[in-house]
Amino acid sequence: MFAIFRREFKAYFTSPLGYVFLAIFYAFSGLFFWLFSLDMGSTDMSNVFLMMFMVLMVFVPLLTMRLLADDKKQKTDQLTLTAPVSLFSIVFGKFLSAYVIFAIGVAIMPIYGFVMSIFADVSWLPIWGNTVGLLLLGGIFVADGLFVSSLTENQMIAAIGSFFINLVILLLNTLVNQIPSGFFRTVFESISVYSRYNEITNGIFSLSSVIFFLSVIGIFLFLTVRVLEKKRWA
Amino acid sequence: MIEVQNLTKRYGAKTAVDRVSFKADESEILGFLGPNGAGKTTTMNILTGYLSSTDGKAVINGVDILEEPLKAKKMIGYLPEQPPLYLDMTVEEYLKFVYRLKKCKLPINSHLNEICDLVKITDVKKRVIKNLSKGYKQRVGVAQALVGNPPVLILDEPTVGLDPKQIIEIRTLIKKLGKNHTVILSSHILSEVQAVCDRIVIINRGRIVADDSSEKLVQNLSADHKLVVRAEGNPAEIKKLLSSIPDMKEVRINRENVEPGVSEFYLNAKDGCDIRREVSKRLASRNYPLLMMKSSELTLEEIFLKITTGDMYGHADRIEAGMSGKLTDKA
Repeated sequence: MFAIFRREFKAYFTSPLGYVFLAIFYAFSGLFFWLFSLDMGSTDMSNVFLMMFMVLMVFVPLLTMRLLADDKKQKTDQLTLTAPVSLFSIVFGKFLSAYVIFAIGVAIMPIYGFVMSIFADVSWLPIWGNTVGLLLLGGIFVADGLFVSSLTENQMIAAIGSFFINLVILLLNTLVNQIPSGFFRTVFESISVYSRYNEITNGIFSLSSVIFFLSVIGIFLFLTVRVLEKKRWA
Repeated sequence: MIEVQNLTKRYGAKTAVDRVSFKADESEILGFLGPNGAGKTTTMNILTGYLSSTDGKAVINGVDILEEPLKAKKMIGYLPEQPPLYLDMTVEEYLKFVYRLKKCKLPINSHLNEICDLVKITDVKKRVIKNLSKGYKQRVGVAQALVGNPPVLILDEPTVGLDPKQIIEIRTLIKKLGKNHTVILSSHILSEVQAVCDRIVIINRGRIVADDSSEKLVQNLSADHKLVVRAEGNPAEIKKLLSSIPDMKEVRINRENVEPGVSEFYLNAKDGCDIRREVSKRLASRNYPLLMMKSSELTLEEIFLKITTGDMYGHADRIEAGMSGKLTDKA
């Protein structure tokens, strides 16, 4: 697992991909930080975090599209799949490589907090809470991107596919508002990633949300392993 | 070392590999021969755990690849048809990655240097794989298979796309490796398999049609009652003379004046009749110098065509039957 992580992580920086993603992340978060915090004269960063949902929804697929699709296209999967490593460690190593890049991006968020603390009193708890929330959300985007990447050889399709899943995750929330209250509304409400993330940015940091996010990540990783496994049996 | 029993792989209605059984012993180089699409690669992919079989089993050194895949995979070095190279890495980075991936315990630097020396890629170690020539890429592929010093090497068409010099180098390397590894290599080039392998398994449409040592394979299928003869003298008279041999079925003049005054004849006697002595005697009695006589053995190419085109299927089945007999003897 560590070998795969190391290789994939390094690969992000031998191609422009890692730099481009981080540049986009910093540019947008900087823009929102300026718009919603500096320009408005507010130390509340919840809007910055909320806006990052949209940005990540579009750009995390760029990070994950290559992971398994390219392996299949270049036939390097014949190396990893015939090496004495389990499928889960292959999948998790790849997941981790993209996730660490993403986390390097997220690391800028507390730095914005430090910038503000120079000028005013900052309440740190929501900022840390939001950062953890963003890390959890990113985990879902990376995991679903990895999953779609395992389905195709084409990086473009992988990117579009995982963008589509992210879009569905977002729209699920809009759907909830159209459903009259009752059993289904409760179900959709509780599986809406966006409303749970929204909750976190509003300062409600609940254990059930954390478990929910981790479960979704786990499901996508599990499905990815199944896809690789299925390929052997097909 | 490697034992494959009734290996079958079906893709829907299509059977890619049909009840394939063979065995490879320690330090044996086994050639896997067949036309494109015969099932060579599928068989190798199953052996290495890349694909699973629909039926049957593959055992490496007593370990079933399906039951204990991690343990079995540790004993195999695999070079797929297209070497699985990460083009964005340097050769050294790549080999180190493979080393870590395979969880090797050998001392990393000396082990990798040894491999680089063996496959002669030491001088390109620092270069990015993307920029290497096809021959070097192939060698990096072989190097990758050797990392961890696995006892079994499975090489899928290792010389495809190389120039003649590189082909000879790779073949020499494989022969060298065959001394302390069990090697299975596939090819659709017969001369290659003949040059490198101790034993040949011919596969067609997913089924084994022959399994024997390369000499025996030629011997079994060749016809010792067919001769090619060169003699000096009047071709028509020589033809007449040879035709008078009792068991002779056919005498044909292949070419006149191969050398000045020398003609080449093709002789076909009845099955199982050795006419060599008679030919020599008769020519000598009339003072026609005999300049060459060889039995017109089929080349492996001809055997291959004969077996795989299907019109010799009866014949092939006989070989198959002989082979399974041999297998049970061993077991």
